[in-house]
Amino acid sequence: MFSSFDFDVIRRSLPYLFYEGMTFTLTLTALSAFGGLVFGTLIALMRLSGYRLLGRVAGLYVDFMRSLPLVLVIFWFYFLVPYIGQWLTGASRPIKVGAFSSSLITFIMFEAAYFSEIMRAGIQSISRGQPAAASALGMTYSQTMRYVVLPQAFRNMLPVLLTQTIVLFQDTSLVYVLSITDFLGAASKVAQRDGRLVEMYLFAAVVYFTISCIASWSVRRLQARISIVR
Amino acid sequence: MNYNWNWGIFFQPNPMGTGTYLDMLLSGLWLTIKTALLAWIIALICGSIVGVLRTLPSKTAEWIGFLYVEFFRNMPLLVQLFLWFFVLPELLPRAIGLWLKQLPNAPFWTAAIGVGLFMSARVAVQLAAGISSLPRGQKQAATALGLTTVQTYRYVLLPMAFRIILPPLTSEFLNTVKNTAVAITIGLIELTGQARSMQEFSFQVFEAFTAATLMYLLLNLVVVTAMRFLERRVAIPGYIAGK
Amino acid sequence: MKRSYMIGLALAGALAAGPAGAQGLTGTLKNIKETGTITIGHRDSSIPFSYLDDNQKPIGYAMDICMKIVDAIKKELKLDKLEVKLNPVTSATRIPLMANGTIDLECGSTTNNAERQKQVWFTNTHFLTASRYVSKKSSKIGKIDDLKGKSVVSTAGTTNIKQLTAANAERGLNINIIPAKDHAEAFLMVETDRAVAFVMDDILLSSLVAGSKAPGDYVISKDAFSKPEPYGIMLRKDDTAFKKVVDAATAAIYTGGEGQKIYDKWFTQKIPPKGLNLATPISKELKNEFAKPSDSPDPDSYK
Repeated sequence: MFSSFDFDVIRRSLPYLFYEGMTFTLTLTALSAFGGLVFGTLIALMRLSGYRLLGRVAGLYVDFMRSLPLVLVIFWFYFLVPYIGQWLTGASRPIKVGAFSSSLITFIMFEAAYFSEIMRAGIQSISRGQPAAASALGMTYSQTMRYVVLPQAFRNMLPVLLTQTIVLFQDTSLVYVLSITDFLGAASKVAQRDGRLVEMYLFAAVVYFTISCIASWSVRRLQARISIVR
Repeated sequence: MNYNWNWGIFFQPNPMGTGTYLDMLLSGLWLTIKTALLAWIIALICGSIVGVLRTLPSKTAEWIGFLYVEFFRNMPLLVQLFLWFFVLPELLPRAIGLWLKQLPNAPFWTAAIGVGLFMSARVAVQLAAGISSLPRGQKQAATALGLTTVQTYRYVLLPMAFRIILPPLTSEFLNTVKNTAVAITIGLIELTGQARSMQEFSFQVFEAFTAATLMYLLLNLVVVTAMRFLERRVAIPGYIAGK
Repeated sequence: MKRSYMIGLALAGALAAGPAGAQGLTGTLKNIKETGTITIGHRDSSIPFSYLDDNQKPIGYAMDICMKIVDAIKKELKLDKLEVKLNPVTSATRIPLMANGTIDLECGSTTNNAERQKQVWFTNTHFLTASRYVSKKSSKIGKIDDLKGKSVVSTAGTTNIKQLTAANAERGLNINIIPAKDHAEAFLMVETDRAVAFVMDDILLSSLVAGSKAPGDYVISKDAFSKPEPYGIMLRKDDTAFKKVVDAATAAIYTGGEGQKIYDKWFTQKIPPKGLNLATPISKELKNEFAKPSDSPDPDSYK
């Protein structure tokens, strides 16, 4: 059955697939996870801040982002971000953003909605006594958050955050719709140029599968270790 | 912003000859709903079977369930759709492959099955968690009453478990709706796809995407409201969700 | 607002680059002068206009012309160094990305028509081609009406898919139209029997066929969906100063004989990556156009 297949095409394109494609995918994943976590934590803090307006705005943002398909959001941002840049900076014409920055902004904004829900659960899982004790010690709100609440919330939620990052890693493949050369984009460009869809897509599937499997296995190990400590 | 806004575009005829641009988007919305519903049925059926497998006492069953979930969870949906759409027909005997490829609605069926299987792994995880959250006494009582394993699941465990996991299932259904958009990569012209073609035909990018966004929000709202209603109807007395 | 602060942060890099001091210049030229970079939109599989070679670098006829344009801009702005950034585009993304400033020049196979001129501008025409379809000989599709009830693929965002859609509605053909992301993907749909035909500009079809595994299996239709239409390199709309520079540059290339040389390199000689020879000598119409460069979107003006 595999006799007509040319698996050599994979070997020939390996440097391109990994050096360009996978580098893009991993960089995008890492930076979006970091940015999404920071921005998501801010949103979670806004929702829990006690200021009703702030909480409503943050809540609406989260609900809004979570109602939309990522593909649509990717299109939106790719076309819209330069105009937002123009509006923010007051420039006379749209700002040049480029494929990578545009996808990065998209994923940070989109994933922040998901990360914020995780961080909110994490913050809410901390007993009320702790912030109360912190303020009794004379700590300000930001000190309480920085030194008491957030480190614990982050730690408790680490496995969930990492699992969400694995989902993010898989989701970055959707930049394919913009013809950007991420790992899948690179594989499909080779596949289409050489007419070798079967080989390249199977290979891409195996690579994504292996990386995600190892990552989720590590998360499970981590989870087991954390739960013992607690 | 040097962009020509034209909100009247929705009422202008589309080049397909199927009415206005708005009709075009609505037909996309309808296809999104159809695909999502079929995918959801597949996800529920496969997910339930696998979810049950994962809770059975048999080690083999547990393993099969585990492998199934890992397989569908650890690959991007986009890659899975490519596997079903581009790779599978080439691996089958030529005649069957050709038949598959020339199905008139190949993208629709591929999308529904592909998204359905992808989501089934998530349903399975939720269901397995729901079943194991039930007190052990329920299963033991069922056994003591002389119910077989099938009867225990059918009459005792599953009715309880499904009601408990209804809220997470709601969000999984919403994910199913959203995930159908990935199928534009295999040529399914659902809502996002129609918004994109509207942009290509009329060049009104932002109007097209705004309309699609509103339609997704509306769809979301309808689903959430309907599920809240269902949750209240089937709430189990004595649980926090019940009265 | 925190959200806008985040975006601002992300954009800071884009803004910080390059010293100011481009008095008198406007629009794209000002931008290029200030940043010292120009962004070119290229295609993945518009052979031989703009496509990826074996090292996945974009090359082609339109790319060569664009590099000459870049040289002219560099000279015009008296820059020592002009960095060229490359941004991949598809038929569906090229127009919004031109409008929103992501790319400055689009070098590929974009049909210049009156409708698109409401969104973007074009410089002088670099090719003329009609919209046809390719199918397998074995499927015996002799004329457009034979496509009735079949699955036909075209590339999303092209004039071709629009013409196909219009013909489908007009003649009641009940064709199932599949949009593909790019030409190579669309052609593969025909190769793997997903679709019986692929509607596209004939020059692109013949290059795809020539580069396929079994060129003898395919036939390009006699029936056309359109007259030969002009291809142009795309620019931002309402940027008169930039268009003037680019028009002057392309006019110089085409009238000075360099256009013919670049044409011959890509259409009558072996081209990478597979050493294909398209063997398509320059048409009378294009030759006339090269002698008298024109950016008219009207197919009838190229007689």
